[in-house]
Amino acid sequence: MGKVWDVLAPRNLELGPAGSAGQGPWRHWRLARDEDGIAWLLLDKAGASANTLSEDVLTELNDVLAKLESDPPKGLVLRSAKPGGFIAGADIGEFKGMTDAAAVEARLTEAHAVVDRLDRLAVPTVAVIHGYCLGGGLEIALACDSRIAVDDARFGFPEVMLGLHPGLGGTVRLPRLINPLEAMGMMLTGRNVHARRAKSLGLVDTIVPERHVRAAATATVTGKKAKRGGLLIEIINSTYARKLAAKRMRAEAAKKAPIEHYPAPYALIDLWETHGGNVQDMQKAEIASFARLLVTDTSRNLVRVFFLREKLKGLADGKFAGDRIHVIGAGAMGGDIAAWCAWHGFTVTLADMKPEPLAKAVERATELYGKIGHKHIDIRNALDRLIPDLSGEGVCSADLVIEAVPETLDLKRKVYAATEPKMKPGAILATNTSSIPLQELREGLRRPDHLVGVHFFNPVSRMQLVEVVSHDQVADDVLARARAFLGRIDRLPAPVKSAPGFLVNRALTPYMLEAMVMLSEGVKRETIDAAAVQFGMPMGPIELADTVGLDICLHVAETLKAGLDRPMPDVSHVLRDKVQMGQLGRKTGKGLYEWKKGEPVKERDAPKPTPEMTDRLILPMVDVCVACLREGVVADSDTVDGAMIFATGFAPFRGGPMHYARTRGVAEIRQLLWQFAQRYGERFRPDPDWNHLT
Amino acid sequence: MDLAVACGRPLLLRQPFAPDAFDQVILGCVNVLADEMNPARVAALRLGMGEAMTAFTVQINCGSGMQSIDTAYRYIREGKSDLILAGGAEALSRAPLIYRKSAVDWYSRLFGARDLWSRVKAIAGLRPSFFKPVLGLERGLTDPVVELNMGQTAEILAHLFHVSRRDADQYAVESQHRLAHAQKEGLFAGELEPTFASDGKVYDHDDGVRPDSTVEKLAELKPAFERPWGKVTAGNSSQITDGASWVILASEQAVKKRGLTARAVIVDSEWSALDPSIMGLGPVLCATAIMQRHGLALGDIGLWELNEAFAAQVLACLAAWDDDTFCRKVLGLNGAMGRIARDKLNVDGGAIGLGHPVGASGNRIVLHLVNAMKRLGVRQGIATECIGGGQGGAMLIETV
Repeated sequence: MGKVWDVLAPRNLELGPAGSAGQGPWRHWRLARDEDGIAWLLLDKAGASANTLSEDVLTELNDVLAKLESDPPKGLVLRSAKPGGFIAGADIGEFKGMTDAAAVEARLTEAHAVVDRLDRLAVPTVAVIHGYCLGGGLEIALACDSRIAVDDARFGFPEVMLGLHPGLGGTVRLPRLINPLEAMGMMLTGRNVHARRAKSLGLVDTIVPERHVRAAATATVTGKKAKRGGLLIEIINSTYARKLAAKRMRAEAAKKAPIEHYPAPYALIDLWETHGGNVQDMQKAEIASFARLLVTDTSRNLVRVFFLREKLKGLADGKFAGDRIHVIGAGAMGGDIAAWCAWHGFTVTLADMKPEPLAKAVERATELYGKIGHKHIDIRNALDRLIPDLSGEGVCSADLVIEAVPETLDLKRKVYAATEPKMKPGAILATNTSSIPLQELREGLRRPDHLVGVHFFNPVSRMQLVEVVSHDQVADDVLARARAFLGRIDRLPAPVKSAPGFLVNRALTPYMLEAMVMLSEGVKRETIDAAAVQFGMPMGPIELADTVGLDICLHVAETLKAGLDRPMPDVSHVLRDKVQMGQLGRKTGKGLYEWKKGEPVKERDAPKPTPEMTDRLILPMVDVCVACLREGVVADSDTVDGAMIFATGFAPFRGGPMHYARTRGVAEIRQLLWQFAQRYGERFRPDPDWNHLT
Repeated sequence: MDLAVACGRPLLLRQPFAPDAFDQVILGCVNVLADEMNPARVAALRLGMGEAMTAFTVQINCGSGMQSIDTAYRYIREGKSDLILAGGAEALSRAPLIYRKSAVDWYSRLFGARDLWSRVKAIAGLRPSFFKPVLGLERGLTDPVVELNMGQTAEILAHLFHVSRRDADQYAVESQHRLAHAQKEGLFAGELEPTFASDGKVYDHDDGVRPDSTVEKLAELKPAFERPWGKVTAGNSSQITDGASWVILASEQAVKKRGLTARAVIVDSEWSALDPSIMGLGPVLCATAIMQRHGLALGDIGLWELNEAFAAQVLACLAAWDDDTFCRKVLGLNGAMGRIARDKLNVDGGAIGLGHPVGASGNRIVLHLVNAMKRLGVRQGIATECIGGGQGGAMLIETV
């Protein structure tokens, strides 16, 4: 998009008569009527770049509706004046402190009254939606008679990610508008639905580009009222069908979200199964269920996780002015990092010694883009930006160089010696190293202050977290720009100091090694993994080790043992033997498990794990977090929690390892660790800082 | 090339020198047909300009017919040539039907099959969908970078500059009436040559003209590119047609040597580029650059030919020149440039009635500008056009 389009772009957003109208009596809403008597109502939340449904937004809406009732227009068009999207949802900050379910119910009931008033408005209403339309925003749109999507609008109910379900009428209205099974699917998974799919579901009535919004909206409010519902929806909403469907939904939910940890999906299923046949009952029950969920620990912790994510996102707030990235090393990590950057608009040169890894990287990129892209030209443009660079020419014009070659100090130093002289002045040299201290890597560099670590996790497209590794000579500006770069590729930066294993690998290693100690004690691998999954980890340590690769685990373990001044579990001979035999895990089809079609073959009737097994696996992870805080590897416990959740999937409903420690009780954990130390070995000795934690 | 030949013959006949006196031939052509590779050379030979006549074809989409003039002008200025025949030709009616890739692959397999069994297997792979051709014309009029067709870019401009359906229809009607009037008054004499086809038919005027067009009639048409709410229709867009145009450019020396009468001089030319999705604004950028270079205001230009790709696109250009924000932020001026008077713009109609044979239009509007300026006693004029792909071309011409 060039200069000319940028100047004209603001005109593209069709705001009708309200676009040029004055501010009016409300802070967040603007209302104006056009020559045909159709009213346009714009939400432009004051002092915010995105619209959220805070209490005062809803209060003002109530006032607007009163005005419209007293002087009804021919029709009402509702849209957002924010370029980014429609409405992002409720104002989560307002939820944060609430502990009294009754108070929540009262607030919600008031909010429902406003939304119901919009629904009952006797004039034809149409919501015009561009960009994101999530949670409460979607509920507002559902309260309108029709919905028009602009181009790439996307819709979703992400409440389940916060341990909740829709609470502003979404559970009532959505299953009556579209196939209830699809509606429940949306609410149970929290996944976004793109405009085209929304249209085929019946969630929106038509998709238009901005230039036809005015004509389409006018035609919609003046045209015939659309028929809603239909036989299929009636049938699926009937009592018996709901019962059947609910059973299936519970079984599906149990696969990903066990009820002990994640009550929300089951509450939603219960809600629909019980009350799905009656609108008034459903509405009351929705409010009550939402209020109950809001005050659960799970929800509070998930809301905390939401804010942890926002906090990490905030660290990426600065500016990274460059457009060109050069990646050295087209292996699994390098190739995928390059593909991800190209997708997010950077021109990326990907260098390697041989053409075959480059070809494979292009193949994987094409596959990835096919999965996440909706339009053919987006895929084509991203592939145009991903440039295989056998001769390494791209270094000279790169604003950021990412080194992702194998983990050998000599090799990396050689690469830097060849690369640094060719780099642009001010360009950043970033390394994806997971185990080599930056203090060693920077030796011999002309500008060690421009060396920073950016440690990605595998797979790059799904693991949001990236450790940004600093050392005592790095420039603050370089760190800030590296974080801003990560923001531009939609990753979360976690600042860490250069120390063996940084945070995440250092925390995961005792998790995996202890599992192998337990293996050699005779505990079954399925039992060990179950102990961790029961706690809330997405994957048990044995399965994780196989997934990462036993050779990599071994390497990391040995590096940490050598580098850290702290007892660790002995590296089990099982691990060494497997690596020597070439049974490296998932990538070779056999490791600690047998792998078929990318899934481990697990025995069905393995014995159930004991709570002590869970503690033996999880508490050392928490202990590492404490140690990292004490050593200053990570600045604060919020960053620790965020990093562990977004890099390892550490039970998010527990709020992160440090939050878990405080919730469970610092004293209790410390005592347990001492007991384990006596029974199982020095490696469990708690870090000195446990005495100072509050 | 039949059109290019039919158009070139009368022009060459009129000259006091032989056809082989030219130094070279440059022809703009977009839809080059498979059996007429390098149409400039084909035309040159068929026009009897001699085997020694070098010729090449230029392609910059809609600007091709103007590019040939611009290249000729620059070659002559450089001193390399003295006399150049520069033209544009297009036969959109002969745009090919294209087989899909799947069909082509099937054909290759079939022709590559050596033995009976392979052939049987190959034939068995035949699918009905192979017979559905892709319209070459449709693909040609769709921008591959932004995946919008030309009509859609006009829709975007109509939105950004508040051009209504009625505005566009009104402009189209006026254009048709002006063309009808010009045809009736014989204003194209000497410029438009009748074509004699081998089946005995004579084509002496462009039959796309609708003299009794009205806004009410046009209002009944459905949107051509974006239904149901689009503003661009077949009635307020240029027509897809065939055509050819030639212009002779000569150095001062050649004019003297050959005893020619110069009608105008090219003072300057400029090409501009912008986002393909708003390609219709191309003329505003390049024409303004020329005016700035020569210290000219909008009102100083006595006559304008702004190619009528779409009525909405022409109106958007006029609106842009009158738009304070656009002039300040995009053109770098102190404020809006103003409005071009309707009676100085496309005075004898344009592509809406005449058609837009893509490679020829740029050439035709320069030719017509010169003739119209002569007729009306105007000294300075600009011919400019938008170019698919996001460009624009403009020429500043003075009559002598």
